[in-house]
Amino acid sequence: MRKQSIMPRLRRLFTVRNLVIGIPMIWLFALAAAPLLLVLNISLAHMEVTSVSSLWHWADNELTLKFNFGNYLYLGEDSLYFDTYVSSLKFAALTTLYCLIVGYPFAYFISRAPEHLRTMLLMLVMLPFWTSFLLRIYAWKALLADNGVVNNGLMGLGVIASPIHMMHTSFSLTIGMVYAYLPFMVLPLYATLVKLDGRMLEAAADLGASPFKTFWLVTVPLTKRGIIAGSLLVFIPAFGEYVIPELLGGPRTLMIARVLWDEFFSNNDWPMASAVTIVMILLILVPMALFNRYNDETRLGEKS
Amino acid sequence: MASVTATTDREVLLKIDGVSKIFDGVVKAVDNVSLSVKKGEIFALVGSSGCGKSTLLRMLAGFETPTSGRIYLSGQDITDLTPYERPVNMMFQSYALFPHLNVWDNVAFGLRRDGLKGAELAERVDAMLSLVQLSKYGKRKPHQLSGGQQQRVALARSLAKRPTLLLLDEPLGALDKKLRETTQLELVNIIEQVGVTCVLVTHDQEEAMTMASHIAVMDEGYFLQVGTPDEIYETPNSRFVAGFVGNVNIFEGKVDEDEPDHITVICPECTHYVGHGITGTSGMRVAVALRPEKIQLSSVQPNKNHNWCAGEVVEIAYLGPHTTYHLKLKTGMVLKVQQPNLTRKMADDLTWGDHVFAHWTRDAMVVLTE
Repeated sequence: MRKQSIMPRLRRLFTVRNLVIGIPMIWLFALAAAPLLLVLNISLAHMEVTSVSSLWHWADNELTLKFNFGNYLYLGEDSLYFDTYVSSLKFAALTTLYCLIVGYPFAYFISRAPEHLRTMLLMLVMLPFWTSFLLRIYAWKALLADNGVVNNGLMGLGVIASPIHMMHTSFSLTIGMVYAYLPFMVLPLYATLVKLDGRMLEAAADLGASPFKTFWLVTVPLTKRGIIAGSLLVFIPAFGEYVIPELLGGPRTLMIARVLWDEFFSNNDWPMASAVTIVMILLILVPMALFNRYNDETRLGEKS
Repeated sequence: MASVTATTDREVLLKIDGVSKIFDGVVKAVDNVSLSVKKGEIFALVGSSGCGKSTLLRMLAGFETPTSGRIYLSGQDITDLTPYERPVNMMFQSYALFPHLNVWDNVAFGLRRDGLKGAELAERVDAMLSLVQLSKYGKRKPHQLSGGQQQRVALARSLAKRPTLLLLDEPLGALDKKLRETTQLELVNIIEQVGVTCVLVTHDQEEAMTMASHIAVMDEGYFLQVGTPDEIYETPNSRFVAGFVGNVNIFEGKVDEDEPDHITVICPECTHYVGHGITGTSGMRVAVALRPEKIQLSSVQPNKNHNWCAGEVVEIAYLGPHTTYHLKLKTGMVLKVQQPNLTRKMADDLTWGDHVFAHWTRDAMVVLTE
């Protein structure tokens, strides 16, 4: 009896549907979940000269598990880490805010453009992606340096007498971040704005709302999902950004990814670096979870 | 009811004066239309899609600017006012309720723009919701309501600001047939209760006849005829109006006798003796329009030499209260005849292939010169 039922069960397991879902599941496990577990594992160990200690030990028929929470405790003791997290959060939040301020009119304009122009305008937004990311960030160096294009131009026009120091400040860092992440804000905003029902705006105007009130009371709430999606797409990578702070940021700009780099490659302290990573991921997971909950609620609301 | 008292004495509320709308410099959506709507009236614009009725309505709301002509409301020129400056509110086709606001806030939206707050706001909104019998649904979001309930929220929202003029764009278009019939009268009741003047747009001539006190039939941007529902139905002024409003049989023929009190029209099918005069001459080509329900059927040949013809029953549609017969005449024309079912269906009723005589009175038809 049992033997007979195994084959159909196996066959049911290998249906097309399961295979389609299964492949990405395996992929996600192998390339995201497993490495993350490894990192978690390392963060609870300590350094033994050139290798990482093992969490478990088998001797005399006894299994000993040893978790080292020292790294996490140290994160709280040294104010450098706390300051860096705060500073990273601040830069990521500012980048997100500026991207939103610049990106919303951008997306609004594209979504209201004649239909045959929209694709082309979207292509223009994505055009920078066709050039190397590093190259584009380096270009900002040429623009913002003391003897760069901007300063030379302004001095040539006689607007300023001596160059303004812009490179390697939080100004240049913010400009670089906003520049790099703007398309991630524009695209989801565009996607919700283009679906916005024009009759909603007419209804608001009909009921006596001025254009500004209509925008604030109808357009913004109805594109909330795009705003949240775009903000997360900017905020999360901006929080862990390494290259832009390294190239454009000042020597004292505190970004968590630089601390990570130092722990890994300068101090060679892998457990400490892993602990920094785990806390960083937890900090990102909070806004993610909030967004998911909001998304589920609105999706439930839109059913029926 | 108050609205029945002579509408002719009332002041003109809305005046449309020679309004045209040309899109992209070529497409004439509305072509030199003039119209007066009296206070308290429900006025219907009917026509098939693309006839310009929606464009005209959107110009009244302020969403489109006329290419030429002026629009006056209570004597004031509102042509150049923005939608949010006009004392005009619209109930949109498929309602356009704000999905992110609940029913209460949807209704309150317009009042809040007027600066209403607190108890005064609550009183006005609650009054509106109870008017449309949705007092218990204030907390619901629009998508949690049925189509009929959404329609009532939309009505409450458009009436909340006590507009001088209410615009209805296909108000019942999104409802199914059964619900539409009950809602029509309910809607008229509420509008009359509030006493608001109303312009409604619909493609459904029956809806226009039920709801409106005056109707304008539109085609290609023009008004073909403006009048009360019975004027439009009983004395249409053109083939288009006769055909658009209800069912009609059209006989093409030539005027023979032309007297002030009657004319005769000779058609291939029969000779018509029409009990009214026309502005025309004998020999003129005209059309005689005859409504299906104004024809009688009999199995014996009528004893007169006009206003009857013989035919063979080719189609029978039993509809309950009445039956529609299609008679094939000797010329090949198919005559539609509607007979009320005064008694219960009998075995000796007409059936397919029967030869019968259709006849009608001298006042049954109307002569169309256009």
